[in-house]
Amino acid sequence: MSDAIIRQTHADIDTYVFSDPAWTTPPDLSDARVAVVTTAGLRTDDVTMWSNDDQSFTVIPHGEKRLTLSHRSQNFDRAGFNSDINIVLPMDRLDEMASDGAIGSAASQHLSFMGAQKDGTLATIRLDTGPAAAKVLKDDDVDVVLLTPV
Amino acid sequence: MVGTLGHIFEAEGLATVAIAAIRGQIEKAAPPRALYAEFPLGRPLGKPNDSEYQRRVIDAAFALFDASEGPVLVDFPEIIEDDSADRLTCTIPPRFDADLHPAIDEAIGVRPAYDRTVQRTGTTSVGRAGSADDIPSMLEAFIRIGNGTPHSRAAVPGGDVLAAAMDVRSYYEEVAQSLADHVPGARQVDTWLYSQTEAGDVIHAAQRALHDTDGVPRPVWYYLMPMMHSRIER
Repeated sequence: MSDAIIRQTHADIDTYVFSDPAWTTPPDLSDARVAVVTTAGLRTDDVTMWSNDDQSFTVIPHGEKRLTLSHRSQNFDRAGFNSDINIVLPMDRLDEMASDGAIGSAASQHLSFMGAQKDGTLATIRLDTGPAAAKVLKDDDVDVVLLTPV
Repeated sequence: MVGTLGHIFEAEGLATVAIAAIRGQIEKAAPPRALYAEFPLGRPLGKPNDSEYQRRVIDAAFALFDASEGPVLVDFPEIIEDDSADRLTCTIPPRFDADLHPAIDEAIGVRPAYDRTVQRTGTTSVGRAGSADDIPSMLEAFIRIGNGTPHSRAAVPGGDVLAAAMDVRSYYEEVAQSLADHVPGARQVDTWLYSQTEAGDVIHAAQRALHDTDGVPRPVWYYLMPMMHSRIER
Protein backbone atom coordinates (compact mmCIF):
# COMPACT_ATOMS: atom_id res chain seq x y z
CA MET A 1 0.00 0.00 0.00
CA SER A 2 3.01 2.29 0.01
CA ASP A 3 2.11 3.79 -3.37
CA ALA A 4 -1.18 5.08 -2.01
CA ILE A 5 0.67 7.25 0.47
CA ILE A 6 3.09 8.52 -2.15
CA ARG A 7 0.14 9.41 -4.38
CA GLN A 8 -1.35 11.33 -1.49
CA THR A 9 1.83 13.22 -0.58
CA HIS A 10 2.71 14.03 -4.19
CA ALA A 11 -0.74 15.05 -5.41
CA ASP A 12 -0.26 18.74 -4.63
CA ILE A 13 3.20 19.25 -6.09
CA ASP A 14 3.37 22.50 -8.05
CA THR A 15 2.68 22.06 -11.74
CA TYR A 16 3.05 24.63 -14.49
CA VAL A 17 -0.39 25.49 -15.86
CA PHE A 18 -0.64 26.20 -19.59
CA SER A 19 -3.05 29.07 -20.18
CA ASP A 20 -3.77 28.38 -23.86
CA PRO A 21 -3.45 24.62 -24.42
CA ALA A 22 -2.73 23.41 -27.94
CA TRP A 23 -4.65 20.55 -29.52
CA THR A 24 -3.38 18.40 -32.36
CA THR A 25 -5.71 15.98 -34.12
CA PRO A 26 -3.89 12.76 -35.04
CA PRO A 27 -4.21 10.99 -38.37
CA ASP A 28 -6.10 7.72 -38.41
CA LEU A 29 -4.15 5.51 -36.00
CA SER A 30 -3.76 2.84 -38.66
CA ASP A 31 -1.68 5.38 -40.57
CA ALA A 32 0.08 6.94 -37.57
CA ARG A 33 3.75 6.62 -36.70
CA VAL A 34 3.98 6.24 -32.93
CA ALA A 35 6.78 7.03 -30.47
CA VAL A 36 7.01 6.56 -26.74
CA VAL A 37 8.38 9.34 -24.55
CA THR A 38 8.94 8.31 -20.97
CA THR A 39 10.00 10.17 -17.86
CA ALA A 40 11.69 7.08 -16.40
CA GLY A 41 15.21 8.37 -16.87
CA LEU A 42 16.23 5.64 -19.32
CA ARG A 43 19.70 5.77 -20.79
CA THR A 44 21.74 3.84 -23.31
CA ASP A 45 25.09 5.12 -22.03
CA ASP A 46 26.83 4.08 -18.84
CA VAL A 47 25.43 6.90 -16.71
CA THR A 48 23.55 5.23 -13.87
CA MET A 49 22.20 8.27 -12.01
CA TRP A 50 20.45 11.09 -13.82
CA SER A 51 21.59 14.45 -12.52
CA ASN A 52 19.08 16.11 -10.23
CA ASP A 53 18.67 19.24 -12.35
CA ASP A 54 19.16 17.71 -15.78
CA GLN A 55 16.11 18.51 -17.94
CA SER A 56 17.64 17.09 -21.11
CA PHE A 57 16.48 13.91 -22.85
CA THR A 58 18.01 10.74 -24.20
CA VAL A 59 17.33 9.11 -27.56
CA ILE A 60 16.61 5.38 -27.51
CA PRO A 61 16.78 3.47 -30.81
CA HIS A 62 13.69 1.34 -31.38
CA GLY A 63 14.44 -2.21 -30.28
CA GLU A 64 17.29 -1.26 -27.94
CA LYS A 65 16.96 -3.47 -24.88
CA ARG A 66 20.16 -2.60 -23.08
CA LEU A 67 18.76 0.27 -21.05
CA THR A 68 19.65 1.64 -17.65
CA LEU A 69 16.94 2.97 -15.35
CA SER A 70 18.84 5.96 -13.99
CA HIS A 71 15.98 7.89 -12.34
CA ARG A 72 17.08 9.35 -9.00
CA SER A 73 13.91 8.68 -7.05
CA GLN A 74 13.74 5.78 -4.63
CA ASN A 75 9.95 5.95 -4.54
CA PHE A 76 8.85 3.62 -7.32
CA ASP A 77 9.13 -0.04 -8.16
CA ARG A 78 12.05 -1.09 -10.35
CA ALA A 79 11.54 -4.85 -10.32
CA GLY A 80 8.92 -4.65 -13.07
CA PHE A 81 11.31 -2.84 -15.40
CA ASN A 82 14.12 -5.23 -14.52
CA SER A 83 11.87 -8.05 -15.67
CA ASP A 84 10.23 -6.43 -18.71
CA ILE A 85 11.18 -3.03 -20.11
CA ASN A 86 7.84 -2.91 -21.95
CA ILE A 87 6.29 -2.03 -18.61
CA VAL A 88 7.72 1.48 -19.16
CA LEU A 89 8.76 1.54 -22.82
CA PRO A 90 6.36 -0.73 -24.73
CA MET A 91 8.36 -1.11 -27.93
CA ASP A 92 7.30 -4.74 -28.41
CA ARG A 93 3.67 -3.72 -28.11
CA LEU A 94 4.12 -1.08 -30.82
CA ASP A 95 5.66 -3.70 -33.10
CA GLU A 96 2.68 -5.96 -32.53
CA MET A 97 0.26 -3.11 -33.16
CA ALA A 98 2.05 -2.22 -36.38
CA SER A 99 1.93 -5.87 -37.46
CA ASP A 100 -1.80 -6.16 -36.93
CA GLY A 101 -2.52 -2.77 -38.48
CA ALA A 102 -3.67 -0.99 -35.32
CA ILE A 103 -1.00 1.66 -35.93
CA GLY A 104 0.92 2.56 -39.04
CA SER A 105 4.41 2.04 -37.68
CA ALA A 106 6.62 2.31 -34.62
CA ALA A 107 9.04 5.23 -34.56
CA SER A 108 12.68 4.47 -35.21
CA GLN A 109 13.57 6.06 -31.89
CA HIS A 110 11.98 6.92 -28.57
CA LEU A 111 12.91 9.46 -25.92
CA SER A 112 13.36 9.68 -22.19
CA PHE A 113 13.43 12.53 -19.73
CA MET A 114 13.65 12.14 -15.95
CA GLY A 115 10.58 13.10 -13.97
CA ALA A 116 10.44 14.42 -10.40
CA GLN A 117 12.66 17.34 -11.35
CA LYS A 118 13.95 19.74 -8.72
CA ASP A 119 12.58 22.65 -10.78
CA GLY A 120 8.83 22.05 -10.72
CA THR A 121 8.23 24.73 -13.37
CA LEU A 122 10.25 22.65 -15.87
CA ALA A 123 11.35 25.90 -17.52
CA THR A 124 14.18 24.32 -19.49
CA ILE A 125 11.91 21.59 -20.83
CA ARG A 126 9.17 24.04 -21.76
CA LEU A 127 11.46 26.49 -23.49
CA ASP A 128 14.30 24.40 -24.81
CA THR A 129 14.59 20.64 -24.53
CA GLY A 130 10.88 19.92 -24.95
CA PRO A 131 10.65 21.61 -28.37
CA ALA A 132 14.01 20.05 -29.28
CA ALA A 133 12.62 16.63 -28.40
CA ALA A 134 9.56 17.31 -30.56
CA LYS A 135 11.86 18.12 -33.48
CA VAL A 136 13.66 14.79 -33.07
CA LEU A 137 10.31 13.04 -33.27
CA LYS A 138 9.03 15.06 -36.20
CA ASP A 139 12.26 14.47 -38.12
CA ASP A 140 11.34 10.78 -37.79
CA ASP A 141 7.83 11.54 -39.18
CA VAL A 142 6.17 10.71 -35.84
CA ASP A 143 2.48 11.69 -35.59
CA VAL A 144 1.49 10.28 -32.20
CA VAL A 145 3.27 10.14 -28.84
CA LEU A 146 2.47 7.87 -25.91
CA LEU A 147 3.77 9.45 -22.70
CA THR A 148 4.64 7.16 -19.79
CA PRO A 149 5.69 8.02 -16.22
CA VAL A 150 7.21 5.89 -13.48
CA MET B 1 5.92 15.79 -16.04
CA VAL B 2 4.02 13.77 -18.67
CA GLY B 3 1.31 16.43 -18.60
CA THR B 4 3.76 19.21 -19.36
CA LEU B 5 5.32 17.20 -22.16
CA GLY B 6 1.87 16.63 -23.61
CA HIS B 7 1.25 20.37 -23.86
CA ILE B 8 4.66 21.01 -25.41
CA PHE B 9 4.38 18.29 -28.02
CA GLU B 10 0.84 19.24 -29.01
CA ALA B 11 2.02 22.80 -29.63
CA GLU B 12 4.65 21.34 -31.94
CA GLY B 13 2.06 19.40 -33.94
CA LEU B 14 2.30 15.98 -32.29
CA ALA B 15 -0.85 14.30 -30.97
CA THR B 16 -0.26 12.93 -27.48
CA VAL B 17 -1.84 10.80 -24.83
CA ALA B 18 -0.31 10.49 -21.37
CA ILE B 19 -0.59 7.61 -18.98
CA ALA B 20 -0.79 9.29 -15.59
CA ALA B 21 0.25 7.79 -12.26
CA ILE B 22 -0.80 10.52 -9.81
CA ARG B 23 -4.27 11.90 -10.34
CA GLY B 24 -3.82 15.20 -8.52
CA GLN B 25 -0.87 16.11 -10.70
CA ILE B 26 -2.49 15.25 -14.01
CA GLU B 27 -5.66 17.11 -13.06
CA LYS B 28 -3.62 20.27 -12.53
CA ALA B 29 -1.42 19.81 -15.60
CA ALA B 30 -4.53 19.05 -17.72
CA PRO B 31 -2.83 17.85 -20.90
CA PRO B 32 -5.05 17.28 -23.96
CA ARG B 33 -5.51 13.54 -23.30
CA ALA B 34 -4.62 11.49 -20.25
CA LEU B 35 -5.44 8.03 -18.97
CA TYR B 36 -5.15 7.79 -15.20
CA ALA B 37 -3.94 4.28 -14.42
CA GLU B 38 -3.75 3.44 -10.73
CA PHE B 39 -1.00 0.85 -11.03
CA PRO B 40 2.08 0.41 -8.86
CA LEU B 41 4.39 3.38 -9.39
CA GLY B 42 7.07 2.30 -11.84
CA ARG B 43 4.68 0.07 -13.79
CA PRO B 44 2.66 2.40 -16.05
CA LEU B 45 1.65 -0.42 -18.39
CA GLY B 46 0.31 -2.43 -15.45
CA LYS B 47 1.77 -5.92 -15.56
CA PRO B 48 5.28 -6.98 -16.63
CA ASN B 49 5.49 -9.88 -19.08
CA ASP B 50 1.77 -9.66 -19.81
CA SER B 51 1.50 -8.43 -23.38
CA GLU B 52 -2.27 -8.76 -23.45
CA TYR B 53 -2.73 -6.54 -20.40
CA GLN B 54 -0.23 -3.98 -21.67
CA ARG B 55 -2.06 -3.87 -24.98
CA ARG B 56 -5.34 -3.21 -23.19
CA VAL B 57 -3.78 -0.25 -21.44
CA ILE B 58 -2.44 1.17 -24.70
CA ASP B 59 -5.78 0.59 -26.42
CA ALA B 60 -7.55 2.45 -23.60
CA ALA B 61 -5.11 5.33 -23.95
CA PHE B 62 -5.40 5.46 -27.74
CA ALA B 63 -9.19 5.41 -27.51
CA LEU B 64 -8.88 8.96 -26.21
CA PHE B 65 -7.84 10.04 -29.70
CA ASP B 66 -11.50 9.71 -30.62
CA ALA B 67 -12.29 12.84 -28.58
CA SER B 68 -12.73 16.01 -30.60
CA GLU B 69 -11.76 18.38 -27.82
CA GLY B 70 -10.07 18.31 -24.46
CA PRO B 71 -8.70 18.11 -21.94
CA VAL B 72 -9.78 14.50 -21.65
CA LEU B 73 -8.99 12.61 -18.44
CA VAL B 74 -10.29 9.07 -18.15
CA ASP B 75 -9.64 6.44 -15.48
CA PHE B 76 -8.48 2.99 -16.54
CA PRO B 77 -11.20 0.75 -15.12
CA GLU B 78 -8.89 -1.57 -13.14
CA ILE B 79 -6.68 -0.78 -10.17
CA ILE B 80 -3.58 -2.78 -9.34
CA GLU B 81 -2.29 -2.47 -5.79
CA ASP B 82 1.40 -2.74 -5.03
CA ASP B 83 2.62 -5.91 -3.34
CA SER B 84 4.70 -4.31 -0.62
CA ALA B 85 2.82 -6.21 2.09
CA ASP B 86 3.39 -9.62 0.46
CA ARG B 87 6.49 -11.45 1.57
CA LEU B 88 8.88 -12.34 -1.25
CA THR B 89 10.30 -15.83 -1.19
CA CYS B 90 13.91 -15.05 -1.88
CA THR B 91 16.32 -17.35 -0.08
CA ILE B 92 19.70 -15.93 0.80
CA PRO B 93 22.67 -18.34 0.88
CA PRO B 94 23.78 -19.35 4.38
CA ARG B 95 26.63 -17.57 6.16
CA PHE B 96 29.96 -18.41 4.62
CA ASP B 97 32.59 -16.47 6.57
CA ALA B 98 31.65 -15.95 10.21
CA ASP B 99 34.55 -13.53 10.63
CA LEU B 100 32.88 -11.00 8.35
CA HIS B 101 30.11 -8.63 9.33
CA PRO B 102 26.85 -10.42 8.42
CA ALA B 103 25.98 -7.77 5.82
CA ILE B 104 29.34 -8.08 4.10
CA ASP B 105 29.12 -11.87 4.13
CA GLU B 106 25.60 -11.66 2.73
CA ALA B 107 26.55 -9.25 -0.06
CA ILE B 108 29.41 -11.50 -1.13
CA GLY B 109 27.18 -14.56 -0.88
CA VAL B 110 24.54 -13.19 -3.23
CA ARG B 111 27.03 -12.03 -5.86
CA PRO B 112 26.53 -15.10 -8.11
CA ALA B 113 22.81 -14.29 -8.26
CA TYR B 114 23.62 -10.71 -9.26
CA ASP B 115 26.00 -11.97 -11.94
CA ARG B 116 23.34 -14.29 -13.35
CA THR B 117 20.89 -11.42 -13.69
CA VAL B 118 23.42 -9.16 -15.38
CA GLN B 119 24.43 -11.95 -17.73
CA ARG B 120 20.78 -12.41 -18.68
CA THR B 121 19.87 -8.74 -19.09
CA GLY B 122 23.18 -7.41 -20.35
CA THR B 123 22.93 -4.36 -18.16
CA THR B 124 22.98 -3.20 -14.56
CA SER B 125 21.82 -0.16 -12.64
CA VAL B 126 24.70 -0.49 -10.19
CA GLY B 127 27.35 2.10 -10.94
CA ARG B 128 26.40 5.37 -9.29
CA ALA B 129 29.04 5.20 -6.55
CA GLY B 130 30.99 2.20 -7.76
CA SER B 131 30.64 -1.20 -9.35
CA ALA B 132 29.25 -4.43 -7.91
CA ASP B 133 32.77 -5.14 -6.67
CA ASP B 134 32.42 -2.08 -4.42
CA ILE B 135 29.15 -3.13 -2.75
CA PRO B 136 30.94 -4.66 0.28
CA SER B 137 32.92 -1.42 0.67
CA MET B 138 29.72 0.59 0.47
CA LEU B 139 28.17 -1.54 3.20
CA GLU B 140 31.30 -1.18 5.31
CA ALA B 141 30.93 2.59 5.01
CA PHE B 142 27.28 2.39 6.06
CA ILE B 143 28.26 0.20 9.01
CA ARG B 144 30.74 2.88 10.07
CA ILE B 145 28.08 5.57 9.72
CA GLY B 146 25.68 3.49 11.78
CA ASN B 147 28.35 3.22 14.45
CA GLY B 148 28.72 6.98 14.65
CA THR B 149 31.38 7.89 12.12
CA PRO B 150 30.44 11.14 10.35
CA HIS B 151 29.40 10.35 6.80
CA SER B 152 32.05 12.71 5.47
CA ARG B 153 34.72 10.54 7.10
CA ALA B 154 33.15 7.14 6.50
CA ALA B 155 35.07 6.50 3.25
CA VAL B 156 31.93 6.02 1.19
CA PRO B 157 32.96 4.79 -2.27
CA GLY B 158 32.41 7.63 -4.68
CA GLY B 159 31.91 9.99 -1.76
CA ASP B 160 28.12 10.22 -2.22
CA VAL B 161 25.99 8.56 0.46
CA LEU B 162 22.80 8.65 -1.62
CA ALA B 163 24.52 7.20 -4.69
CA ALA B 164 25.95 4.39 -2.59
CA ALA B 165 22.57 3.65 -1.00
CA MET B 166 20.96 3.47 -4.43
CA ASP B 167 23.69 1.17 -5.66
CA VAL B 168 23.07 -1.19 -2.74
CA ARG B 169 19.37 -1.14 -3.59
CA SER B 170 20.01 -1.80 -7.29
CA TYR B 171 22.41 -4.61 -6.42
CA TYR B 172 19.80 -6.37 -4.28
CA GLU B 173 17.06 -5.72 -6.85
CA GLU B 174 19.16 -7.47 -9.45
CA VAL B 175 20.05 -10.24 -6.97
CA ALA B 176 16.34 -10.80 -6.35
CA GLN B 177 15.66 -11.22 -10.06
CA SER B 178 17.64 -14.45 -9.90
CA LEU B 179 16.89 -15.58 -6.33
CA ALA B 180 13.11 -15.12 -6.30
CA ASP B 181 10.87 -17.98 -7.31
CA HIS B 182 8.81 -15.71 -9.56
CA VAL B 183 8.93 -12.23 -11.05
CA PRO B 184 8.74 -10.06 -7.93
CA GLY B 185 5.55 -8.12 -7.41
CA ALA B 186 5.63 -4.34 -7.21
CA ARG B 187 7.62 -3.19 -4.17
CA GLN B 188 8.19 -6.75 -2.97
CA VAL B 189 11.93 -6.46 -3.49
CA ASP B 190 11.97 -3.22 -1.49
CA THR B 191 10.15 -4.88 1.38
CA TRP B 192 12.51 -7.86 1.24
CA LEU B 193 15.62 -5.69 1.17
CA TYR B 194 14.62 -3.31 3.94
CA SER B 195 12.98 -5.81 6.29
CA GLN B 196 14.63 -9.17 5.71
CA THR B 197 18.26 -8.63 4.73
CA GLU B 198 21.39 -7.72 6.65
CA ALA B 199 22.10 -4.98 4.12
CA GLY B 200 18.71 -3.45 4.87
CA ASP B 201 19.49 -3.43 8.59
CA VAL B 202 22.76 -1.64 7.91
CA ILE B 203 21.04 1.05 5.82
CA HIS B 204 18.40 1.52 8.53
CA ALA B 205 21.10 1.96 11.19
CA ALA B 206 22.97 4.45 9.04
CA GLN B 207 19.80 6.41 8.39
CA ARG B 208 19.04 6.53 12.09
CA ALA B 209 22.56 7.72 12.93
CA LEU B 210 22.49 10.41 10.25
CA HIS B 211 19.05 11.55 11.39
CA ASP B 212 20.22 11.78 14.99
CA THR B 213 23.38 13.73 14.17
CA ASP B 214 23.14 17.51 14.39
CA GLY B 215 23.95 19.34 11.20
CA VAL B 216 23.31 16.52 8.74
CA PRO B 217 21.10 17.95 5.97
CA ARG B 218 17.72 16.22 5.71
CA PRO B 219 18.20 14.95 2.14
CA VAL B 220 21.29 13.02 3.23
CA TRP B 221 19.27 10.71 5.47
CA TYR B 222 15.76 11.10 4.06
CA TYR B 223 16.56 9.73 0.60
CA LEU B 224 18.63 6.82 1.83
CA MET B 225 15.74 4.45 1.13
CA PRO B 226 12.16 4.57 -0.19
CA MET B 227 10.19 6.76 2.16
CA MET B 228 7.73 4.03 3.10
CA HIS B 229 10.43 1.77 4.47
CA SER B 230 12.07 4.32 6.71
CA ARG B 231 11.63 3.69 10.43
CA ILE B 232 12.11 7.35 11.22
CA GLU B 233 8.94 9.12 12.15
CA ARG B 234 7.97 11.87 9.69
